[in-house]
Amino acid sequence: MSDTNFTLDYQRKEIPTKARNAGLIFTGLGLIIVVVSYIINPERTAYNSIIGSSFLLSIGLLSLFLIALEYIAGAIWSVVFRRITEFLSALIFIVPVFALPFLLNIHSVFNWTHAETVAKDAILIHKSPYLNTTFFFIRFAAVFIIWWLFYFVLTGNSKKQDSTFNQTLTKRNASFGAVFMPIFAITITIASIDWLMSLEPKWFSTIFGVYFFSGSLLAAIAATTFAAVRLDENNLFGIKIKGDHYYSLGALLFAFTNFWGYIAFSQFMLIWYANLPEETFWFISRWEGNWKFITLGLIVFRFIVPYILILSQPSKKDPKRLKLAAIWILFTHYYDIYWLVMPNYSRSGIAFSWYELGYPLLCLGVMILTFTFKAKNTNLLPVGDPKLKQSIDFHL
Amino acid sequence: MEKQNLYSITALFDTPDEIIRAVETVQKEGYTKYDVNTPYPVHGMDTKMKLPPSKLGYFALALGLSGAAGALFFMWWSLSKDYPLVIGGKPFFALPAFIPVTFEVTVLMASVGTVLTMLLLYFRLPNLSHPLHDTDYMRSVSNDKFGISIEAEDSLFDSERVNKLFERLGAKKIGEVCFDEEEINKKPKIFDGKFIIFLIFTAIIISGASYFTFNKLLYMSPYNWMMEQEKITPQSHSKFFSDGFGMRNPVPGTVARGSMPYLFKGLPDLAGQKLVNPLIPDEKILAIGKKKFDTYCSPCHGYFAKGDARLNGQFPNPPSLHSDKVRNWSDGRIFAVMTEGQNIMPSYAQQLTPDERWEVILYVRALQRAVNAKEDDLK
Repeated sequence: MSDTNFTLDYQRKEIPTKARNAGLIFTGLGLIIVVVSYIINPERTAYNSIIGSSFLLSIGLLSLFLIALEYIAGAIWSVVFRRITEFLSALIFIVPVFALPFLLNIHSVFNWTHAETVAKDAILIHKSPYLNTTFFFIRFAAVFIIWWLFYFVLTGNSKKQDSTFNQTLTKRNASFGAVFMPIFAITITIASIDWLMSLEPKWFSTIFGVYFFSGSLLAAIAATTFAAVRLDENNLFGIKIKGDHYYSLGALLFAFTNFWGYIAFSQFMLIWYANLPEETFWFISRWEGNWKFITLGLIVFRFIVPYILILSQPSKKDPKRLKLAAIWILFTHYYDIYWLVMPNYSRSGIAFSWYELGYPLLCLGVMILTFTFKAKNTNLLPVGDPKLKQSIDFHL
Repeated sequence: MEKQNLYSITALFDTPDEIIRAVETVQKEGYTKYDVNTPYPVHGMDTKMKLPPSKLGYFALALGLSGAAGALFFMWWSLSKDYPLVIGGKPFFALPAFIPVTFEVTVLMASVGTVLTMLLLYFRLPNLSHPLHDTDYMRSVSNDKFGISIEAEDSLFDSERVNKLFERLGAKKIGEVCFDEEEINKKPKIFDGKFIIFLIFTAIIISGASYFTFNKLLYMSPYNWMMEQEKITPQSHSKFFSDGFGMRNPVPGTVARGSMPYLFKGLPDLAGQKLVNPLIPDEKILAIGKKKFDTYCSPCHGYFAKGDARLNGQFPNPPSLHSDKVRNWSDGRIFAVMTEGQNIMPSYAQQLTPDERWEVILYVRALQRAVNAKEDDLK
């Protein structure tokens, strides 16, 4: 099928130091705030670190998912964007560092770590074979080792192809991707249950893993879209990205905005309809006091605004509009995780001050730095990929 | 001089590159009323033809929004305005429960409406034909050729000029397409007498067949399946008894197994004097009483019989059962209320067997005792 004699006249371009400097500034500012807030109030910083590390994990892990998905599906249009997802997936190495504050303060964050509380509670005793500190750390380590292994295999093969032009690497990656998928489904469910759902150890929602997945995939696509638009604007790709490429990204953003709305509403409606006290209290605690406004804001910001923003066909092809939508979706994903986590810290009302600014800045800075660092010695296009020419000429 | 019934002049090409070049030239010459027919979609044709984006999306949006609004309005009107219904203790206007329906109707209206709009506006529905249909030109372009056709209605149209243009472009075959008789008369086939008679016949046959199926056929043997059975159903005739009634009264002076007649109908005070609770409270009996009380009584009376209903004001709250009046009532008096109902409270004889009623009464006594404990309870 593909033209094996095709070699792209590709000249790698350096990402301007301006981007790296911006990343350094954000990281520095964020780091200062996080360190100071950790000294003043370790508990609050621990909660914030759950938000920050979940957000970073979303983008890193789901970028890895997108790579695997592209290989399995044999997708053509996305080949030109694959390096972006590969760079972003390197973020999964930084997540454990982000998670340090809550790992060190596991007692002030997770109620189920208190032996005396568990001993008094029949439900928590029943859950203790899963929810205990030792097994928590084993799971934490296991999922990261699994993700890292797949990261090395998938991106390593892709990078090797740049110099060897070996087409069997694509096939091999498709097989590895297929193995990764079920493992990914299990590990992301474990991670979302451990980090986010077990904050309220008595609450359960069987759809929670899917909820986290839907929002995270949206965030990963948004980050990819943003990077693609920025690179194209500054002519760093070496090729011109077409409206049809952008349309595909926009369509995915739109589709997964709907998917997120569908999952979030399903989770809410089933609990609302069954009206069981052991499930409803989770939503009630997010509906009391001024948390109500955050909950209503989630519907408006995360579903209605992006829905209207990228509903029409021309807006999906417009890079400027897509860039705006991508930034907005990244913001709302952080907002979403804040909504999941923070009501456990402050039940009486919204907790928002300078403490909460550290991790968003740090996330932003680390994302930019990781991207520029990875882009320094890797091509921005997978020049050895057999589908690259088709991908560049992609037509809807 | 043009032919009277000329629709367009057509040209056939062999490759997509040729047709794109032809379109570029035709566009440059200033023709507006032309169309391209290819065996498969040729990439970039829309932009070369300078076609504006389709307006169909706006119709889909408007129809979808009207579907959402219509569904929400109808559910609001039917379930919370015209005939309010309590469903699962939810509010009359239970928005989360309405959203799935709203979503379905939105999708249905948007998709069906879009298809109909497309048929009406783009395919001009009453017209069942198009001049290009059933021509050699159409046979070629739906097989392996790439065709372009410039319509005679175009303001710049001139057959000689168009022919020369096509020749210059290197067309493999140039031809003319004419209107046929029906298309000149502009009388759409859909209003043809025969067609309308066909429609009426179809309607009569389909409605007759469905009427026969649902009202006659399903009641005939063997299609009546289990509807007709060899037993006497309520209100049915019986040949066995001389008076012809299927339903019988019990034989005078007998009582059905497992049932106890209630002798104090309409006489609650007498019941209070005469009826005695046959049960002695123990842990098991109180547990059953609590279960039944929480299920049947607590929605209005509250879990602790304080009259704190969970019905959000859909019914008036009953008074507390801890009042002196109820505490001084005998068990039999409470039994009478549960059996017959009182004021707005209906009878619970269907939901609770007599034994269960006595068990609930013992549980209510326990609740009353808990609220108004005696001195010696505290020792």
